[in-house]
Amino acid sequence: MLAKRIIPCLDVKDGRVVKGVSFVNLRDAGDPVENAIFYDKQGADELVFLDITASHEKRKIILDVVEKTANDVFMPLTVGGGIKTLDDIRELLKSGCDKVSVNTTAVKDPFFVSRAAERFGSQCIVVAIDAKRVIKDTSYTDDETWVSKPSLKEVLLENIKDRLTWAISTHGGRKMKRIDAVKWAKKMEELGAGEILLTSMDRDGSKDGYDIELTKTIAETVSIPVIASGGVGNLEHLYEGLVYGKADAALAASIFHYREYTIKEAKEYLKSKGVTVRL
Amino acid sequence: MIAIVDYGMGNLRSVEKGFLKVGVDARIVNDAASIDNAEGVVLPGVGAFMDCIKNLTDMKLTEAIIKAIGKGKPFLGICLGLQVLFSESEEFGVCRGLNIFKGKVVRFPKMELKVPHMGWNTLDIKKRPPIFDGIEDKSYFYFVHSFYVVPEDKDIIAGTTEYGVNFTAMAWKDNVFAMQFHPEKSQELGLKILKGYGDFVSKA
Repeated sequence: MLAKRIIPCLDVKDGRVVKGVSFVNLRDAGDPVENAIFYDKQGADELVFLDITASHEKRKIILDVVEKTANDVFMPLTVGGGIKTLDDIRELLKSGCDKVSVNTTAVKDPFFVSRAAERFGSQCIVVAIDAKRVIKDTSYTDDETWVSKPSLKEVLLENIKDRLTWAISTHGGRKMKRIDAVKWAKKMEELGAGEILLTSMDRDGSKDGYDIELTKTIAETVSIPVIASGGVGNLEHLYEGLVYGKADAALAASIFHYREYTIKEAKEYLKSKGVTVRL
Repeated sequence: MIAIVDYGMGNLRSVEKGFLKVGVDARIVNDAASIDNAEGVVLPGVGAFMDCIKNLTDMKLTEAIIKAIGKGKPFLGICLGLQVLFSESEEFGVCRGLNIFKGKVVRFPKMELKVPHMGWNTLDIKKRPPIFDGIEDKSYFYFVHSFYVVPEDKDIIAGTTEYGVNFTAMAWKDNVFAMQFHPEKSQELGLKILKGYGDFVSKA
């Protein structure tokens, strides 16, 4: 039986691992290759490097990180962040990664996903969706979902519930788009994405657990695998994402990064709760 | 020397690095002469069946591969390298394969499970090939594919995996070892297979 995957994520800036809270206040915490080997030994099912290097000149550093990691780590590696061209993908695959994850570039040009899938195969094109809860403004058409941040008071009001949805954001959560996240996920699948890496921007860094409703809605909408991301603070959250959220894989950064739990502990916990994992 | 055939598709570096890690001399090649001179031939790859066959034909590598197999050289097919051994695929209409094995390559049926079949799944070993030393039955291996092979000759089925259907995850006949999963992405156990294959080549 196919096992649910546990995927540690390493945020890499200028060749060093960092972990932020809602993508700000980054803390430096080490060498990415060392971390990758550490996770490999613990039995991680895959690894994700999220490259948050801002300057274009320093972008080549990630290639070196991937290359060194692939010398010692024999499991699927995904790299996301800053991918703009088919050549960027080719360079990454050549240095030893297996999948790339795109977000901003796909939003700017959705057909980039189909070109990439045609050239490199759907299996290596992951579309990252950074979703945020919003209130749908019915004065807009379906495709132009109005995006605004609901206040707590609004969220608490029952009558607003059916107008709650998720919109996507780009540039690491800094820019909101008037695009419905659920429809976007479906569209990305149709254009050839092989997998969805779904991050709740409301939960990211919160340690309150995945946005289960979001995860479940998208996992049930698309027929490609969905990786849940954003908000894991304890092992129960992993369980909730995989079982209630129906995700195929659970991604987490800080709980593994700050050694709050090992991957093995996470898998043993999931197994004890009846989830199929690879131990 | 073992030749890893590069036909312009897939991540060959990890296969090469895997062999390097276990001390087996394997090099990436892209010409028929190197395949002729090799002691073993590895055909890796992920992607589309049709593109694979087209590239192999354009690069004039199909004959060299068929010849190497015919001569009894140990052959290792990985993922697409398993699928192209078969007679035909239903991907994008019907496309002819290398026809080493009779049978078809078919897509997973419409089902509740997600396609591609992506992740770690268990292998039920039906027949243990000589390159499988130290691998326990029902071990987990990494898969990523939307199509699977249906051999006519059931005797070549060396391993199966359950994913909505019970499909052939490993085929083995004489000198031909081929698997749907990726040993180069399956951590320790995968490396054991690469080592096992390397040892088999050096003894052949």
